[in-house]
This record gives sequence, structure tokens and C-alpha cells, in this order.
Amino acid sequence: MSRNDKPMLQINEVGMTFATKRGPFVALRDISLDIQRGEFVSLIGHSGCGKSTLLNLVAGLTNPTAGVLLLDDRELKGPGPDRGVVFQNHSLLPWLSCHDNVYLAVERVFADRESKAQLRERSLAALELVGMGHAAAKRPHEISGGMKQRVGIARALAMEPKMLLMDEPFGALDALTRARLQDELMKIVAKTDTSPGATVMMVTHDVDEAVLLSDRIVMMTNGPAATIGQVLQVDLPRPRNRVEMVEDRAYAHCRKEVLDFLYMRHSHVERTA
Amino acid sequence: MVSAVFHSPREAASALAPASEQAAKARRIDTPAAPRPVRDPFDWRALFGHVVPPLAGMALLVGIWALLTQKGGDFPTPLATFDAAVKLFANPFYDKGPNDQGIGWNVLASLERVGLGFGLAALVGIPLGFVIGRFATLNRMVSPLISLLKPVSPLAWLPIGLLVFKSADPAAIWTIFICSIWPMVINTAVGVQRVPEDYLNVARVLKLSEWKIATRILLPSVMPYMLTGVRLSVGTAWLVIVAAEMLTGGVGIGFWVWDEWNNLNVAHIIVAIFVIGFVGLLLEWLLMAIAKRFDYS
Repeated sequence: MSRNDKPMLQINEVGMTFATKRGPFVALRDISLDIQRGEFVSLIGHSGCGKSTLLNLVAGLTNPTAGVLLLDDRELKGPGPDRGVVFQNHSLLPWLSCHDNVYLAVERVFADRESKAQLRERSLAALELVGMGHAAAKRPHEISGGMKQRVGIARALAMEPKMLLMDEPFGALDALTRARLQDELMKIVAKTDTSPGATVMMVTHDVDEAVLLSDRIVMMTNGPAATIGQVLQVDLPRPRNRVEMVEDRAYAHCRKEVLDFLYMRHSHVERTA
Repeated sequence: MVSAVFHSPREAASALAPASEQAAKARRIDTPAAPRPVRDPFDWRALFGHVVPPLAGMALLVGIWALLTQKGGDFPTPLATFDAAVKLFANPFYDKGPNDQGIGWNVLASLERVGLGFGLAALVGIPLGFVIGRFATLNRMVSPLISLLKPVSPLAWLPIGLLVFKSADPAAIWTIFICSIWPMVINTAVGVQRVPEDYLNVARVLKLSEWKIATRILLPSVMPYMLTGVRLSVGTAWLVIVAAEMLTGGVGIGFWVWDEWNNLNVAHIIVAIFVIGFVGLLLEWLLMAIAKRFDYS
């Protein structure tokens, strides 16, 4: 029981320094953040602020040069299927059908416990959850960008991860498709919402997306040596409706807070390399 | 108890989809429904555009040839060559002893040598390319050697083959082997080095086993590069075999050309040139067709 009260993810004093030809490059410093079970947290900041670097640290694709990350009270060492990652460019394997792309992930996690039929059923269920059951036999190049991203989400969810990590999941999509997928993501997250809830960490550069989807928005200062500048609690009731939100005062306030941070206090200065 | 925060998507989906027949339909993924392409009315103009220019090119060649050989001389006219070809192809598979066999046998003998030499080269070259591509140190070790040996003329390898194998046939196969191995090694290595980082990241976040990475990610990703290497190799092998056989003798299209030259039968040599070109083209087509099968873009 007490375990449930602990945060799902604890980021303690994490820093990331890359060794480059021109000497060490400090990408992140002094990052401390706890993400509760069932929380939807967005990372927002200008490009180059290290938000993707932070997500990669949580994904385990890179190891921090300082500090420690704890997932469910265990230190993170390298990547693992307990975190479902949705990549910006979907990263589906083009030689596998949508079903097989999901199956690859499912097989990795459940193969030692379940029969092949069960694994297949799991894969299909995940595809159906994102509304892609009809395209199970299709190859990624036969479906649209939005559909690919859905399959990417299905692949991440099918592993029943402790956390869902999304790196600008809708960044490459057109505005209408993006809106639809955001709405559906909210539904999916609500659907997977058992008592502790679905824990999501999402990188975005879209203010509306951040406010609409998140419980908390983590705003990052500009790099190099970026860190958390401000954390905004988004206290909007769920389910949220994007059309109604436009006139909601709390929504407008949150939106203004983020815009204020990004463009007034930490406006991006393009540096020449 | 709280091993996974996410609900099983299975339960969520079954709650979501009321067991509609659509879901049932989607369940049968083993039989992908290939949409039947709609048949357009036959496009005669496209056919015309694709068939006439090549034919015109061919006609031009034959025309110039006819013009140049009009006054007679050693060089046979197109018509004489055509007659010779008809006679040759009337019975391509006769066998009157080791030095007098039909052109079909000769082509097949050459293809067999190419197949053997090339097959051995693929057996060695593709795995070699894989390890070179995967391990940078090995790459740095082997690259200078490859750069050094790659430009060596095939015929320079022949004496080495003769010395080692003490026989003409294995020497010819050896020459094919050594000349056709390089494109496969290099292309496979490049393919392995260029496996998109995204796919490797997928492998990493899923923590796939080395075997799964090799079979599900590396191999399919490298396949197009590898097949390009194979295509270049087969092309080289077919180029080399004619020269090698001229020197080693025996049955084979290369030696046949040389034999006809000794008989001063120039018409047969020209026919042989066309046959060699045609077989080369067929090999190329075949490999292109295979490569298309593995093109995922």
C-alpha cells in the first residue's frame, strides 16, 4: 500500500554532460522532479533545451553523468520494456506489418508466460485500442503518418509499461490529425486509468497540447546547462474538451503562464554555432 | 501487486469494441486482403513510347554495321551473322567431345563456374561484411587490405589460382571468387553501418536479444545494400569469366570465343558477344527482381 504513495518516477539532482571535441558540453544540470502514479507530465521548452535528453535519460537510452533516476523505487539502469517509448518519427520497422511491429514488443515482455495465440491476441487488442485493428496486416508504408503514430502508441502500450514516454509524439503530424490524436490519447489514458492511473511523460513544444493533456507542465530553461525553470499545475477537470477549453478561464490562465515563461522570461536566442 | 500501472489493453479493448464483426475481421491477420488493382484500359501510347525507341536504337546499330560491312572484308555482315546464329541456335546442346560442344553447353559451363565462384564469395563475403560493419576495429584492420586488393585485375589472380590448385577449372573459380567478393563485403558493411539509429533505439528500448536484433532489425535493414553488392558481384563475375576462360581453356563461353577466333570464324564471335551480353542482362534482371522484393520504402 505504502508503495502506491511513492512517486512512480523520481529524478534526483540529475545532470548530463556530453563529451564533445570542443570539450565537455553541459546539456542538463540539477534536474529534480517526481512524477506521481497516474500523472500526465509534459516537458516543454525551446528547441535545444534538453527536454528530449531528459526523456532519453528516463528511457535509459543514455545514462546521466550526475544524479540518479528511480522508477518505482528502483534505480534505472539502461532501457527496458517497463517504459513504453513512443518516438517522434514512429520508428516502426518497415519490413514488419503493424501487427508484427506490436507483436515484437509483446513477445519480448510476455513470451515466457503466454502462448503464441495469446500474444497475438494481445497485439491485436493493443491495435484495436488505438483504432488500428483494421490495419493489422498492413505495412507501415501503406498507412498515413497519424496511423503510424497510433501503431507506435499501441506498441508502447502493449507492453503494459509502468510509464509511457512520448517524445513529441504528434510533432510531425498536421494540425487536424494532431488534434484528433490528442483527443484519442486522452481517451486511451483515461481508459487505462485504473486506480493509480496511467503515468505519462511527454516532450512537446506545443503550448496548447501541453495544457490540454497535462496534469503538470514542466518548463525548461534554455540550454546549454538547461534545468527546470518552473512547474505549472494544470487544475482543469477531466474529461477535457478542446472546444470548451478555449473559453475556459483556468485554461487561458495556464496557457498564458506557459507562453509567458517561454516568450517573456526565457525567449529563445538563436545562437550561431 | 502494482507491477503494471497500465491496464491490459486487451481488457480495455474488449470493453471498447463490442465484439463487432469488424474486430473479428481484423483478427484474421494471416490472410492479408490484397486490394485488386483496377485494370485500366490498355495504354497503347505508353507501350509505343517504351518499345519503339529501343528498337530504333537496335536498328541504328545494325544499320551502321551493315553499311560498314557493305564492301566485304573480314568482318561479316549482319545477315551473315544472323545466319550463323540461326545455325548455332538450331542445335545448342550437341556434344562432340570436349573441344566441340554446342553454345548452350558452353554458356552453362561458364554459368556453373560463375555460380560456384560467386556462391563461395557470397558465403564468405556477406558474413565478413556483417562483422566489418558491426565492429569498428575490425573495419580499420581490414579496410586498407580491401582498398589494396580491390583494384587488382582479375587476371592477376589467375596464376595464383593455377599455382595453388594446379588445375585450370578451380583456378578460374578462384578468380571469380576473389573478384566478386569485394562488392559484397563493402556493401554489406556499409549497410550494417547505416542501419537507422531509430531502429536500433527500438531494439534498445525493447531490450531485444542479439538474435532478434540480427534477424528482425539488422538483416532486413541491410538486405537492400547486400543485394546491391550481390548484383555488382554477379556483374563482375560474368565479366571476369570470359577473360579467365580464354586463358584456362576447357568448355565455356570465353574459351569458345577464343576457339572461334583461332578458326577465324568472326560471325560466331559476334554471336557470342550478343549471347554474353544477353546472359549478363538476364542475371541483372533476375537480381533486380529479387531486390525489389526486399524494398520496403
